[in-house]
Amino acid sequence: MGRVRGVERARVVMERVDLTALFLHFLALWFVAVGGPSAILPDVHRYLVEVHHLLTNTEFAEIYTLAQVAPGPNVMYVTLIGWHLAGWKGVAATTIPLLVPATTLTLLVGHLNERYPDARIFRAIRRGLMPMTIGLVFASATILMRAVNHDWRGYLITLLTVVVALRKPWNPLWLFAAAALAGMMGFV
Amino acid sequence: MCYSSLETVEQTESQKPRVTPLALFLAFSRISLSSFGGAIFWARRQLIEKQRWLTEREFLDLFTLGQLLPGPNVLNLTVMVGYRFAGWTGAAAAVAGFLGWPCLVVVGMGVLYQHYGALPQVQMALAGMSSVAAGLLLATVIKLAMVLPRRWQSWLFGALAFVGVGVMRWPLLWVIGALAPWAVFAAWKERE
Repeated sequence: MGRVRGVERARVVMERVDLTALFLHFLALWFVAVGGPSAILPDVHRYLVEVHHLLTNTEFAEIYTLAQVAPGPNVMYVTLIGWHLAGWKGVAATTIPLLVPATTLTLLVGHLNERYPDARIFRAIRRGLMPMTIGLVFASATILMRAVNHDWRGYLITLLTVVVALRKPWNPLWLFAAAALAGMMGFV
Repeated sequence: MCYSSLETVEQTESQKPRVTPLALFLAFSRISLSSFGGAIFWARRQLIEKQRWLTEREFLDLFTLGQLLPGPNVLNLTVMVGYRFAGWTGAAAAVAGFLGWPCLVVVGMGVLYQHYGALPQVQMALAGMSSVAAGLLLATVIKLAMVLPRRWQSWLFGALAFVGVGVMRWPLLWVIGALAPWAVFAAWKERE
């Protein structure tokens, strides 16, 4: 992490975006993305920021954040990354892979599940994989924290968000708005 | 999860409402455009309370299945609901409604980001908002961990996944490939 942060705003030399490789990488990721879009975040970060230097750490975090404040499922951050890298072609390369497991595996298992309702294997898979999902989402949270929080003030906002999100049923958009204001007034 | 899904299936065969692909497209557009920070709340409201296409139990059944499968939970739910009511056309219509609009919104944000993302004011606002995004993920982890069964195996596999992907930064495919079979096997054994 340290070396990436060091060159952050200087903007690393861009590799040419290989859309086919990007498409295939996302396709492979979605097939193991049990736990959804937050579970693949560490690997998307590793691939784009650390291995291929297509995005800086800050750009990655900003794009993820923008997608969170847009309406729609959380997964749209991959679409925004695609747009940022290569326009509409990039959108296709990162978004289409998302539909493949959903339309093949999901329908297949949906059928099987209705035919064999009390299959023990489904329960075992769910119970077995759930803890791993939690570990992966925790990894996402730490990676994002290290990418965005440069000093104690960033961590303070993160901590306040955790406390509020766990205790109050408020819409997260209010937290985003408050933090944006705090940022513009020079707090962060 | 001790109810029988068979019951659910029979029930829906007998009283499955007639739903057109257009209705599916509109309903999932509505879900998608109103869902800020997680679509599941709005999906529940729309499908059970507003449209009355699914019962609480059917919804839970489909949602659990969606969670078990790879990919975004609510997208899996969308595909299954669309397919259940109107076959492939229904699934396509539901997905188009669910992903089409946010896709356009997000591209609009991308255009703005490319034009104004470097302005100092925007940078400062985004810095604050990113700290919130990180906090929301952390809160999600805590909520999920609270319902995790109190067994050491669960915590072991969770910790291994975290270290492999978050600390060692190994590729996700390797980590899942190495851990998932053991994790599922352990869960399978445990019921006996």
